[in-house]
Amino acid sequence: MDPANAIRLSLLVGAAATSLALVPAITVGYALSRWRFPGKFMVSTLVMAPLVLPPVVTGLLLLWTFGRSSPVGQAMEAIGLPVPFSLIGAILSAFVVGFPFFVLTVRAAFDAVDPRMEELSRSFGVPPIRTFFQVSLPLAMPGIAAGTVLAFARALGEFGATAVIAGNIEGRTRTIALAVYASLDAPDGERATRTLLLASVAISAAALFGFEALNRWHRHRLHADG
Amino acid sequence: MAEPWIHVDVTLQIGPRKQRVQLTGARQVLGIVGPSGCGKTTLLRVIAGAESRASGDVHALGEVWQGPGQFVPAWKRGVGWVPQDALLLPHLTTLQNLEYAGRSSREETLEIADLLGVTELIHRSPRHLSGGERQRVALGRALLAKPRILLLDEPFSALDPALRSRLRRVIADRIQNGPRAVLVTHDERDLDAFDAQRVDISSV
Repeated sequence: MDPANAIRLSLLVGAAATSLALVPAITVGYALSRWRFPGKFMVSTLVMAPLVLPPVVTGLLLLWTFGRSSPVGQAMEAIGLPVPFSLIGAILSAFVVGFPFFVLTVRAAFDAVDPRMEELSRSFGVPPIRTFFQVSLPLAMPGIAAGTVLAFARALGEFGATAVIAGNIEGRTRTIALAVYASLDAPDGERATRTLLLASVAISAAALFGFEALNRWHRHRLHADG
Repeated sequence: MAEPWIHVDVTLQIGPRKQRVQLTGARQVLGIVGPSGCGKTTLLRVIAGAESRASGDVHALGEVWQGPGQFVPAWKRGVGWVPQDALLLPHLTTLQNLEYAGRSSREETLEIADLLGVTELIHRSPRHLSGGERQRVALGRALLAKPRILLLDEPFSALDPALRSRLRRVIADRIQNGPRAVLVTHDERDLDAFDAQRVDISSV
């Protein structure tokens, strides 16, 4: 077993899942922060569900939705993106478990932006969509960046859902967490385990440091009063 | 008396209670007075189109801004709003704040900056301005938006007395033949300086 493979794969899966989640997380985070709409409670509950569901259950739900016997899974396979036991499956489970962290942080970032700034912008003739890009988004940006880091870190640590839907295939779906688990059973897996643990702790520490720094920047920037 | 240009008949939601406010403005400047918490700021927000919880009618400049089944959104009203606490955008420089509405030439911006005594500050972040400086920049930003109606929420409250009386003259002079204005104030001298029509909303 090559720990470098697992580390590379984890970084790829984390980056892909986080990039795919960026626009949906900003949209949902903003909607939950600013709008009142029917079904808001349902949307919020659905988004947050993976936070409390055991990851294995999340993985099973994903397997039912995207497995080969489901219509969605068949459609995905038809367009050349099969989900079960593939890299796509690993990215999907990383996306789903990271998404609640992403949305929670983004929502808090928009909550911290004084809505009167947006009202003021609109009163100066700037319509809502331009106001979003000129006022809300730049002011929330450090918080959004913090959410990105947190979602990435959570995606890296994903184990249960990935194991269920993507399996544990060396070089294809075996991310750091799965490789650590596999190395425990492997003969002379001790060295690999140590390398993987070190990489995992280093990446997580860097991510959490980044998250803290970005949050501080966010708070600092929002206070025009100095 | 001149032709009325604004008529407001709304029920304001002020915290838990509702208050009906009716007023008609005919003079160039309409001065709103009343005790703290009586809804003066909320009234300005209604005129700006920022208060969705207020029900009633707002007619301004011959248009219906709010009425039964009708609501002109804020960005189509053409107001220049000066909030009491300035509300400069913290991620922009002072210059970018002044030019936020995008309706003035650089020359006009610099002329207004000079008039308000903020020329030295234009490259600074609002974070590094004092309360009085921020208030002057907010005034400049509203004037440079070339509004049809200026909404002034205690626009001189953070200024020292000398600056306050100078700026009263500057703004009064500026709006003499320009936009109409709704001025919220606690200071009767503001009303005198603007020759404003006085409306006490605690008693209407």
